[in-house]
Amino acid sequence: MQWKKPFKKLAASLALAVGFSSGTVSVNAEDLGYPEKEELTFGFIKLTDMAPIAIAYEKGFFEDEGLYVTIEAQANWKVLLDGVIDGRLDGAHMLAGQPIAATMGFGTKADIITPFSMDLNGNGITVSNTIWEQMKPNIPKMEDGRPVHPIKADALKPVVEKYKADGKPFNMGMVFPVSTHNYELRYWLAAGGIHPGYYAPHKGDISGQIDADALLSVTPPPQMPATLEAGTIYGYCVGEPWNQQAVFKDIGVPVVTDYEIWKDNPEKVFGITKEFAEKYPNTTVRITRALIRAAMWLDENNNANRPEAVKILSQSNYVGADYDVIANSMTGTFEYEKGDKREVPDFNVFFRYNATYPYYSDAIWYLTQMRRWGQISEDKPDTWYKELASKVYRPDIYEAAAKSLIAEKLAKPEQFPDFATEDGFRDPQTHFIDGIVYNGQKPNEYIDKFSIGLKSGQKL
Amino acid sequence: MNTTTVNTGKFYGFRLPQLNSVWLSNAVRLVALPLAGILAFLLLWSVTAQKIDTSLGKFPGPSAVMEQFDALYSEHQRSREKEHAFYERQEVRNAKRVAEDPSYVPKIRDYTGKETFIDQIFTSLITVMSGFLLAVAIAIPLGIAVGLSKTLNSAVNPIVQIFKPVSPLAWLPLVTMVVSAVYTTPEPMVAKSFLNSMITVTLCCLWPMVINTAVGVAGIDNDLVNVSKVLRLPALRHVQKIVLPASVPMIFTGMRLSLGVAWMVLIAAEMLAQNPGLGKFVWDEFQNGSSDSLARIMAAVLVIGFIGFLLDRGMLALQKLVSWDNSAAQ
Repeated sequence: MQWKKPFKKLAASLALAVGFSSGTVSVNAEDLGYPEKEELTFGFIKLTDMAPIAIAYEKGFFEDEGLYVTIEAQANWKVLLDGVIDGRLDGAHMLAGQPIAATMGFGTKADIITPFSMDLNGNGITVSNTIWEQMKPNIPKMEDGRPVHPIKADALKPVVEKYKADGKPFNMGMVFPVSTHNYELRYWLAAGGIHPGYYAPHKGDISGQIDADALLSVTPPPQMPATLEAGTIYGYCVGEPWNQQAVFKDIGVPVVTDYEIWKDNPEKVFGITKEFAEKYPNTTVRITRALIRAAMWLDENNNANRPEAVKILSQSNYVGADYDVIANSMTGTFEYEKGDKREVPDFNVFFRYNATYPYYSDAIWYLTQMRRWGQISEDKPDTWYKELASKVYRPDIYEAAAKSLIAEKLAKPEQFPDFATEDGFRDPQTHFIDGIVYNGQKPNEYIDKFSIGLKSGQKL
Repeated sequence: MNTTTVNTGKFYGFRLPQLNSVWLSNAVRLVALPLAGILAFLLLWSVTAQKIDTSLGKFPGPSAVMEQFDALYSEHQRSREKEHAFYERQEVRNAKRVAEDPSYVPKIRDYTGKETFIDQIFTSLITVMSGFLLAVAIAIPLGIAVGLSKTLNSAVNPIVQIFKPVSPLAWLPLVTMVVSAVYTTPEPMVAKSFLNSMITVTLCCLWPMVINTAVGVAGIDNDLVNVSKVLRLPALRHVQKIVLPASVPMIFTGMRLSLGVAWMVLIAAEMLAQNPGLGKFVWDEFQNGSSDSLARIMAAVLVIGFIGFLLDRGMLALQKLVSWDNSAAQ
């Protein structure tokens, strides 16, 4: 590690807590140096949760740090990841699973880290109109005739079984094998008794369809509605605006949001290579500062800035979808079946609830799902999970950025976790659709709680 | 039917009054009929567009596309204003930094905003011309050498025949990987994406030019070759005085073919690899899925077609200019 001044006691105790020696940041809050690299290119996928990058650019937060950033839309998650690895991109809006899987060597092997978690929630699961009609009789109704939410996959199970009995494969789409969406869709299906299939990379099977009731395959986010319309898939899990787009286009019905599958679940992260962070420590901290300010701006005054954010996102160089489609979810509501618009104030969270702090426990949750579905083929001890999480998630960089913002009075200490005591683990989380409690300190214990999925000691 | 109808007032079966004068007939042929064709096309387009319902709304008709041309242009102007402000902010920032740290050498960084539609047009044009000129520089000497020497021809021919039918886009992944691996300067002169597009274009327009040049050179009139022999011209002079002038029509036919291929390939390569240019514009709009997207794509399609047409006409004019045998340049 090339960090010059170790970040004193805190980092040391953190390192001890997670059982490995993490890199620490050379930059003190008071004497943050000029950026070593000023011209940067960041990649993103056309999704509303790329907002912090767009806002940091449009509101001049990057320029305030002396950074001249070019923002480029990427064709799909694979191209984006390769871009960061081969240096064409300096950093990117990434699926939380991507830096973790890359560091682990599932798919592509590369050391990617994240100092900044981009948001909470923001995804949904949409089914085609035909499937919705078949699901509807299985869903309890409220007094006004609208379906009771959250809708569980129990309602979908008879439909899938019918397709299976007829010998027809039940195809669904997600955006990437290590995407949040893959795990959320799997979580939801499995919670309703539908098996989404295992991966077996040690046998060369990376299609993830072993023993599957529903066959999940990869489709890039913006192409989801078109693929659903073409009938190639019957449903999908994707981020906004591609669920609301289905409602607007009248081709599908979002049945559940990820907020209902796991309340305030971590979503995208900002990924850079470890090499970049080591070579350009000041730049890294400055990028993080700009992103934190953008996230604060997005949630400021009870989402008061959201309409302006939506306007920026609807520009063709960012998400590019129509204002109305993006606004539907970004401004605190979500439209399920056409006309059934409900309040979901926390559908997109960018800053509150410590959304941007890179918690180790968030990374570990992804790892538990990778293990659950066989992407990690071997049993691993709890310490392995913690070690890997702390290689990828870098609260030390976040902390340096946050402290310097506090020192410059651009932020208040109470807006962040208490850095002196924070150990990087959220308290056990209870708001899952199947009621199972997640404690990041005990990943193996958690994995063993699921009725569908690999458990400790099992190998395909 | 009378075969001389055109000059006697019968035009595709219509009897047009007083069409005897050549001038009038030309005016009809060059202006009125193309206009009628375009009007019929616009009519057909707007009628069919009304009937096609896509998930992004109605298929754009001519008026929707015109609107988008307008919108794209004003977007371009807004972007120029932003660019101006960007440079101004940068100067203020640089001045402040120099005040804090006198050793700092201020640097003006390029505008980081998005490329507008008009910028994309120029990017595509520059890329296609660079790729094409590179191909010319390789293909014509190679074609002349192959045309002059039967031995060389036998050696090179199989390679040309095998690579000629390869879909241009099959080259793209290879080019991308090789460029990424080889071109690793820290301060690159040109962007990798530009090189990728350019080399793909070059690879694809190489073959028609090599073949046409070689055929042209090999097919020179024996009398001319004999003249050269009688005069005992040295090899280089032979090429300069006899071979080149005689094969120019064929060389230009090859170049014209190639440029057409190059333009098509470039747009496809930009779409596939997300390299800047009109192809990327089309793909980005497709991914945006906004209600304006289709009209914007259609606007781009028209521009792509029009530029392709202009490139072809340009090459044709050039061909006529340098060729003594105008009959070949049709």
